[in-house]
Amino acid sequence: MTAETLTPPATTIGPIGWLRANLFSGPVSAFVTVLVGAALVWLAIQVGGWATADARWSVVTDNLRVFLIGRYPGDLAWRIWLSLAIPSVLAGLSAGAFGRTTRTLAVTLSAVQALIAILIAFSPIGILGVVAYAANAAAVWVSYAVGRRARIPRRVLAGAWLVSLPITFVLIAGFRGTPLTPVGTNEWGGLLLTVLLAAVGIVLSFPLGVLLALGRRSRLPAVRILSTGYIELIRGVPLVTILFMADLILPLFLPGGWQLDRVARAMGGISLFSAAYVAENVRGGLQSIPSGQVEAAQALGLSGVQTNISIVLPQALRAVIPANVGLFISLLKDTTLVTIIGLLELLNVGRAVLGQPESLGARMEVYLFIAAVFFVLCYAMSQASYRLERQLGVGTR
Amino acid sequence: MAVASRGGRARAVPLWRDVRVLRVAAQLVVVLAVLLLIAFAASNFATAMEERGLGFGFSFLGRQAGFEIDDSLIPFSATSSYGSAFLVGLLNTLFVSVVGIILATILGIGVGVARLSPNWLVSRVAAGYVELIRNTPLLLQLIVIFFVVFLQLPPVQESVALGSVAFLNQRGLYVPGATPTDGFAIWLGFCVAAIATVVITRMVASRRDDAGRPVRRLRTMGLVAALGLPVIGWFAAGASPLAFELPVLGRFNFSGGVELSTGFAALLTGLVIYTAAFIGEVVRGGIQAVSRGQLEAARALGLSEGQVLSLVIFPQALRIIVPPLTSQYLNLTKNSSLAIAVGYSDLFKIGQTMSNQTGQPVPVIILVMGTYLVISLATSLLMNFYNRRVQVIER
Repeated sequence: MTAETLTPPATTIGPIGWLRANLFSGPVSAFVTVLVGAALVWLAIQVGGWATADARWSVVTDNLRVFLIGRYPGDLAWRIWLSLAIPSVLAGLSAGAFGRTTRTLAVTLSAVQALIAILIAFSPIGILGVVAYAANAAAVWVSYAVGRRARIPRRVLAGAWLVSLPITFVLIAGFRGTPLTPVGTNEWGGLLLTVLLAAVGIVLSFPLGVLLALGRRSRLPAVRILSTGYIELIRGVPLVTILFMADLILPLFLPGGWQLDRVARAMGGISLFSAAYVAENVRGGLQSIPSGQVEAAQALGLSGVQTNISIVLPQALRAVIPANVGLFISLLKDTTLVTIIGLLELLNVGRAVLGQPESLGARMEVYLFIAAVFFVLCYAMSQASYRLERQLGVGTR
Repeated sequence: MAVASRGGRARAVPLWRDVRVLRVAAQLVVVLAVLLLIAFAASNFATAMEERGLGFGFSFLGRQAGFEIDDSLIPFSATSSYGSAFLVGLLNTLFVSVVGIILATILGIGVGVARLSPNWLVSRVAAGYVELIRNTPLLLQLIVIFFVVFLQLPPVQESVALGSVAFLNQRGLYVPGATPTDGFAIWLGFCVAAIATVVITRMVASRRDDAGRPVRRLRTMGLVAALGLPVIGWFAAGASPLAFELPVLGRFNFSGGVELSTGFAALLTGLVIYTAAFIGEVVRGGIQAVSRGQLEAARALGLSEGQVLSLVIFPQALRIIVPPLTSQYLNLTKNSSLAIAVGYSDLFKIGQTMSNQTGQPVPVIILVMGTYLVISLATSLLMNFYNRRVQVIER
């Protein structure tokens, strides 16, 4: 009997096992790994070399004020820094009260403000801006700690969020005859305008969308036909045509004396557009409620309105939160389209900056900066929506 | 409510609590409110138009446009009418959408499959692509592609040759073109015959299949005919039915072939890259939704990996993929209206030019929005029809 020597079996555990299973499982896989890996390394060297040696990031930092707030008067910028404290504190408190998903958003908000504080340190905006953003970033954490202890009722927090937007608006826009000098919307711009357009769009389109969804499922034919017609009409046309209508055609339909602000018109256009998409999401949620729920409510003697408000909507709206977050991400990205009607939001501000002779040849720097801002905001929202989806168990029926 | 509608007892319910009356009243109120709003807007509009000394109507469509369009699929000059300018825009929108949909689907399937690749690096790269593209605005991507990529290409004299048949430079992409010659009609006839053969053999085969008779030979014959007929037709037509033209560099520009402008190329690239990221996610979701047992059963039956994918996984994934894919196609078509940012003359851009020149924004926007609506509805119908075909027929 000769002892046969067997080679030891290939490892399937540890880093080598992992490499073998995931990167070099066969000749084709190994070849692809090497090819893709080489391409990535080459790309990293190219981009890294450019970003550290050739890129003129000073174009971004020198114009940081314009990127952040557009042509908003510099001596009044403190009002914007101050208004940022409202969402910072509220986000912290909500994160303390709700935990999990809201915490992701609060952490992002804090991180973004800390990043901006660092950027401002390299820009001519001044020390006040750095302090303001750093304070806001810290405020998130402080109020998070407070929120965890205090256990603020959810209803109060929701109310506070609702009230916060008008307060922010008053702070930014000012009021005639008060110490807050009015600042016209034509001077709003940059990230400020982008965020405001998105925030107003989200806040207004949601209730409108819910109403449209209910209208589409109404038993009254006239209501149903009008809602369905509106939803299908809006969903069938591009946003730019709606913005074109809001910009050029709406004034023709209003009496001669009425002056509606350009930014307000764009906000209205975005909200009306988004509402149709919210409505379709909510309709999906409404359809997912078993009819037994409605029948039970009727058997208990609830009226139609009561059934909707206390039985159907709470369940339906919870089911469609992730889908709506997805929608609001695209709404945030779509605010860039107001560039086409000439409003100076972040992207258009970037183009204006590139129009200055001193930023000649710095296209890539400016566009990368804008892309990074959008990426951070949208990615945070999408991560929050994934978590929410898992938390609510929507995907796993 | 059932009580109220029982004839005899109806009188017992006061009018203001009668559900039937309330319903009619509610609807009347809604309709009246909408009509009032429309009337209010219309009267304001009439006043506004009167003040500007403009009427309202579509008669301007017959008038001379007086502007040039760079990208046109049909002959167009400044002396053509506004109507034909509109048609140029419509054709351009349709062209970029159709080509974009085809390319985005191919790239999207690739991305979706790559995301599920057992190779860690490949799936991470695909995931990175999807996240990067989905979380930045399309308009920004288009502007970057246009200004940073396409406008940085070399000038005409130093064009990049792609296999010496296609050329890429600052002004656009020049590819070979084909023009039909005299024999084209004959060849076309053979092609139609080939398609007819396929349709007929498929119908006959499916009937025979239902009856339990063998169909394999019939199917092979159909396939041979479908491939063979156009080849025979090509030679039967005598001279080549299509005259191919290569782009040739002249003194200042290329002549011959087809010119695709930089704006078109940038728009198409942007739309394809953007939509493919979304389609990739749709495809991934569809494939993942096919239950694991199907995969294991197919492997247990001894099917090859390719067969598993094409015979078992894809047909089932398709059912889940088609509805969200439809909305991606619609999004691509609607997003093509961003052409204005890269200077491609699509429906919206031409609409805007027309509106500026005629001072008639309302009829123009009605036309533009109406056209987009029709395109959207037509796409939905087509995809719903396809969807019904791929769905399982349940009892």
